[in-house]
Amino acid sequence: MGSLQLQAVRKSFGKVDVLQGIDLDVADGEFVVFVGPSGCGKSTLLRIIAGLDEQTSGNLRIDGKVMNGVPPAKRGIAMVFQSYALYPHLTVAKNMGLALAQEGMLQAAINTRVAAASALLRLDALLDRRPAELSGGQRQRVAIGRAIVRQPSLFLFDEPLSNLDAALRVGTRIEIAKLHRQLGATMVYVTHDQIEAMTLADRIVVMNAGVIEQVGRPIDLYNRPATLFVAGFIGSPTMNFIGGADAARVNATTIGVRPEHLRVAPEGDWIGQVSHAEHLGADTMLYVEVPEIGLVTARILGDVVHDVGDRVGLTPQSGKIHRFDADGRAITP
Amino acid sequence: MTFPASPMRMPLARAAVHAVLLLYTALCLGPVLLVVMNSFKTRASIFSAPLSLPGPGSFDLVGYMTVIGQGVFLNYFVNSLIVTVGSIAAVLLFGAMAAFALSEYRFRGNRALGLFLALGIMVPIRLGTVAILDMMVASRLVNTHLALILIYTAQGLPIAVFILSEFMAGVSKDLKDAGRIDGLSEYTIFARLVLPLVRPAIATVAVFTMIPIWNDLWFPLIVAPGEATKTVTLGAQVFIGQFVTNWNAVLAALSLAILPVLLLYLMFSRQLIRGITAGAVK
Ligand SMILES: Nc1ncnc2c1ncn2[C@@H]1O[C@H](COP(=O)(O)OP(=O)(O)OP(=O)(O)O)[C@@H](O)[C@H]1O
Ligand SMILES: [Mg+2]
Repeated sequence: MGSLQLQAVRKSFGKVDVLQGIDLDVADGEFVVFVGPSGCGKSTLLRIIAGLDEQTSGNLRIDGKVMNGVPPAKRGIAMVFQSYALYPHLTVAKNMGLALAQEGMLQAAINTRVAAASALLRLDALLDRRPAELSGGQRQRVAIGRAIVRQPSLFLFDEPLSNLDAALRVGTRIEIAKLHRQLGATMVYVTHDQIEAMTLADRIVVMNAGVIEQVGRPIDLYNRPATLFVAGFIGSPTMNFIGGADAARVNATTIGVRPEHLRVAPEGDWIGQVSHAEHLGADTMLYVEVPEIGLVTARILGDVVHDVGDRVGLTPQSGKIHRFDADGRAITP
Repeated sequence: MTFPASPMRMPLARAAVHAVLLLYTALCLGPVLLVVMNSFKTRASIFSAPLSLPGPGSFDLVGYMTVIGQGVFLNYFVNSLIVTVGSIAAVLLFGAMAAFALSEYRFRGNRALGLFLALGIMVPIRLGTVAILDMMVASRLVNTHLALILIYTAQGLPIAVFILSEFMAGVSKDLKDAGRIDGLSEYTIFARLVLPLVRPAIATVAVFTMIPIWNDLWFPLIVAPGEATKTVTLGAQVFIGQFVTNWNAVLAALSLAILPVLLLYLMFSRQLIRGITAGAVK
């Protein structure tokens, strides 16, 4: 239970085609993360899966059943919103139990479910409070709890952590990963955050301007990006792209090298001047101005002392060069 | 430099603001006070010393005796209350429902419909008096409460829809969507999620709708002048004669007429102030 299939799903708002034919299969129990630049249609796709918006054309199956036109509450899904969207006038327990009460479940059974979910999320002490009396992190846990009690076959998350501060985000991220292991439910998760995508996903779906650019395991997207867009989107800091003669030498229009795959030495393939250095402790980012190429970022493990203006050589590690053709597609060796 | 008010100028600016506010308050309350004060005085002292407070020599309840002695006056109050409460209820119910539809659903003609309704704010309903009277006569509604309620509902709806749809559009979309996923019907979302969140706006609309209705003399005079449906404002006119006016009774009637509307106002303004939405959505 809990598989999801999208076939040629399109969505237009008036004349604007927001989604231009999305095909995707999500297996039962899989954790899939949608990433992409702002406005590429991630939320729209999630809302279509939830049934909050109707696709303009195409098919949607959950659990193998066609869901076109089925109202959200009948799809066996639960959704967690970025803004939490808790009912302000209901207590935490009522917030979590409302959907079950709506289905006509007996109060005793609802209480059991709510108790189980709140134990899982450490919400027991908060059950009688109202949303206004909770911290941001607690509210988000209640929102997740509200999703859990319904025991949906498919969880949908739309940037659930982006309103939390950095420390809380890490904690909640780990909690969501644990939850996925414990419940074994299918999860579809939208985020802007690279680390969330890389750490949570079984597979990442990279979207751009209403189309899917690439689908794959995080490490595969990192190692073998299919397009220039994916190469630039996955990985932080972003990949260095170099055109011109250096690319032509390996029969490509553009080559890409990740900052962590550049060796820094007094001499190298590319010689440049350090224009800025960032010392993060565990590693150091060097921004090197290379004549005829431009700014190249290099990431060196540990704290390395380089002053602005120093002359350094950069050499890509062998086998770590990505080649792209004129259409931006990766050239496979 | 000038933004943080200097300690020297603060009291001055404050005093100026308060002076203006006090002046305004005096302007608003003055006539009301005058009416209430004089309603407790003898006829002679109303005319000889209209600005003085009722004292041992001038205190007299004859106005109130006359009004209460009339007996029917209680009926006028009941009529006013029926009409006002009925109209507010209809304006709020239909106004809120229309506002929800306009702000929540995308359908063809949505904006045109909103504009059409807003037009009613600018066109005074009294322009249509003749047509309205024709309609009321044709539908045999003359001299009924319903006639007044229908007219006042039409009068109050445009501004109600306008204000409420603005507020409803501001209610978090995610909250309504969360309700849909939890299986709430559109009616439940409207009644249980959206209405409580726009309660301050509803109270505002209620107050703004109520006062002109309660005070109206025009439509009661035209469509419901009969004894059984007379409202307080119209009823008070019986004491104003062509040759003699029973000022004691008029002032007493007007003073009494303030009470129910004051009560209604206090009821709504408590709602106005009550904070509700804090913490619903971050
Ligand atoms: N109701 C709507 N009417 C018209 N256009 C819309 C509507 N909802 C979304 N859009 C448009 O669809 C596009 C995709 O929006 P969507 O919210 O799916 O983006 P997103 O990928 O979730 O972006 P973000 O990362 O910023 O949340 C945007 O260009 C947006 O302007
Ligand atoms: Mg979005």
